[in-house]
Amino acid sequence: MTVTVVEQDVIPPGAEEEALRVPVTRAYRFELVKLVSQWRVRLLLLVCWTAPGLFVAAVDQQGTLPSDTLFGRWMHTTGWAGPLVVLGFAGSWALPLLVSVVAGDVFAAEDRLGTWRHLLVAVRSPRRIFWAKTLAALTALVLLVAGLVASGVAGGVAAVGNRPLVGIDGHLLTPSDAAGKVLLAWACALVPTLALAAIGLLGSVVLGRSPMGLLVPALLAVAMQLAQMLPLPVALRLALPGYAFVCWNGLFAAPTQLGELLVALAVSLAWIVVATAVAYRLFLRRDFTNATDDGTGRRAGVLAILPLAALLALTFGVIAAATPSTGSGITQAKVQQSVATAFAHLYRMQTAQLNRPAVTEAQLRATATCDRSDGQVDPVGAGNDWRCVITWHLPGTTAPGNAVYQLNIASNGRIEADGDGPKEVNGYFLVHTPAGDAPNPLWQFDGNVELLPTSPKG
Amino acid sequence: MDTQRAVRARGITKCFGDVVALDGVDLDLTSGQIHGLVGPNGAGKTTLLGLLLGLAVADDGSLEVFGRPVGRALAAPAGVAGFVDGPGLYPSLTARQNLQALASLRGQDRRTARVDEVLEEVGLREVADDRARGFSLGMRQRLGLAAALLARPRLLVLDEPSNGLDPAGKKHVHGVLTRLAGEGATVVLSSHRMDDLEALCSEVTILATGRVRFSGPIGKLAAETRELDYRLITSDPEAARRLAADAAGVRVVDGEAAWRGAEALVVRAQAPALERLVARLVGENLAIREVAPVVSPLETAFLTLTEEPEEHMDHAAQADHTEPASHTEPASHAEQAEQKAQEADR
Repeated sequence: MTVTVVEQDVIPPGAEEEALRVPVTRAYRFELVKLVSQWRVRLLLLVCWTAPGLFVAAVDQQGTLPSDTLFGRWMHTTGWAGPLVVLGFAGSWALPLLVSVVAGDVFAAEDRLGTWRHLLVAVRSPRRIFWAKTLAALTALVLLVAGLVASGVAGGVAAVGNRPLVGIDGHLLTPSDAAGKVLLAWACALVPTLALAAIGLLGSVVLGRSPMGLLVPALLAVAMQLAQMLPLPVALRLALPGYAFVCWNGLFAAPTQLGELLVALAVSLAWIVVATAVAYRLFLRRDFTNATDDGTGRRAGVLAILPLAALLALTFGVIAAATPSTGSGITQAKVQQSVATAFAHLYRMQTAQLNRPAVTEAQLRATATCDRSDGQVDPVGAGNDWRCVITWHLPGTTAPGNAVYQLNIASNGRIEADGDGPKEVNGYFLVHTPAGDAPNPLWQFDGNVELLPTSPKG
Repeated sequence: MDTQRAVRARGITKCFGDVVALDGVDLDLTSGQIHGLVGPNGAGKTTLLGLLLGLAVADDGSLEVFGRPVGRALAAPAGVAGFVDGPGLYPSLTARQNLQALASLRGQDRRTARVDEVLEEVGLREVADDRARGFSLGMRQRLGLAAALLARPRLLVLDEPSNGLDPAGKKHVHGVLTRLAGEGATVVLSSHRMDDLEALCSEVTILATGRVRFSGPIGKLAAETRELDYRLITSDPEAARRLAADAAGVRVVDGEAAWRGAEALVVRAQAPALERLVARLVGENLAIREVAPVVSPLETAFLTLTEEPEEHMDHAAQADHTEPASHTEPASHAEQAEQKAQEADR
């Protein structure tokens, strides 16, 4: 018998063959229909578009505030603090979970349902299927994130009001400025969300019907949360794909601290590109003719992990080489600068609230002297044993004022300052604000240490 | 190009690693024909159907669908539809939504697509707005068939479409397939249900361990195989038993018909001998109420051909491979008798 081997180029790329292939736009709509028909995606949409608003409105009715969350202490003061508190929570838990449910399952669902062959016969192009699924997952995630933003903003503005927001360094942002930066912060958080989504897609492709595929983004987010708590070098911290979830707070400083944010966004973008490319490559290599093959396997796992490990090493190397510091990034000088700046801004606010004569930051000439454990520990790095003495001057008086603060500095540079006297300056008492009575703004306040040595002026 | 030939496969070989799924398979499918694919588990049926759907590409050999060589995965030409390894349905969508989404995917207007028409055709109109999640296996099979019908296939490829079908579902599916074949489409289906294949198919291909053991008209199987056991019910069982015992080439099998009572008689014979016995019974004025194989010829052939030693099968397969599924060869007397018996049975 004569055997004829049909070479790949026997069929000319004719119009008929091309006509059989479904355009990405149609496949994309098909994927969207499938996604939106899932009850869990519908439930997530409902929750994302309602829960933040309800949460912010509920906090407004409570006597206590989530002060341990960034901007939480200002939730009774302005409606723009609410969406930032939601963002802080979402970056840690909600967004990775959303990514897991949507992107972590978008490919694996076909394995679970046994519908790959059906889809391939219908679409006739694994490439188009990949991009359709990726775009559908992206669309769903953007819709979910948009819901979080819209609901948080609507709830905050409706319940508390469109009022100025106190920035991370104590300066006041006008409502319009606050609105723009809140939206920008959420837009920035979308980038690491998509980086996690790309990793989720990769997990979904590699792990097939295994439930581990669904958990990859969530597990990665937990691992990154744990890593953020460790005294990692700045370069390694910034090389993680989710660091933009925590460094958006630099947007709320004056001048804007953009250095870390830009690096973190660039890293997240690199993770999006690499993880998506690896997922694409592995997806196209998969043999869909074998019903028992769901793409899983040691080789696929290695091919997925190696490029990501290489990317982590590369970004760490580049950042370490580009920045002079590979330590914690938290130094005595930065802490002193940050605390003094925040104190000066908030002192002006307190002065206005107490109906005292107005002063400027320049007149105050506030400085801080900070150390750790009464000087027994090198004044660098994260810890809750920082102590600062702030000195300032008032016009017409020769004696400077002094105030003491106990600081808790997180490894990501966030400062929580707790007033330790004198009580007339930084003790707990109520002041009158346009939103009603509120605690003394100098009693407890937040600050931020920019971990990178330099920052472009915003 | 042979316009009557929907599929022409020659020497198709497909391996998955060390496993040879198909080994030099020849297959010819003619337009307007329902062709059955039979074989034990792992025989290569699904792999062969997957090649026809363009899900895979053969490692060796040539495959033409509607006269066009198919050499790349997902390169099967227009007009091919169907499913392998069960219909692909999305449980969170209703039956109608599944079909509408598929119609939209193919560029059809979801409002004007023949969704309701095909749902009616497979008997699912009443559950059109129920989610596929709650569908039984038989309903899923029918919905899968409806999905394939939306594409107005010229070649319909179905893998085990009878799984889970109740009698009503079976009636719908058989009706659809018969109508399609009547309109000139080619249907190729695999099944373990020999009764279905005999009722539907004009030709069958028997596969075992990736090789073709037989391909051709079902009627030809009787000649290819040995004696069959036939159940014979007449107006006078005692006279029929006496005549059967005297007939040349016919043996009465005792005990086989106990389940049917004393009126049933089971005889073992080749088709010509059975035909002579039937003629004699009629000549003796016995009314024949039923003549049917106890085990269908297809099932007998299946068991025989798939359990034979390799050398014997090779010989049989080689003989069939010369012109598989050919209609040009006149049926032998035995084949005609067998076909008549089958028609009587039906």
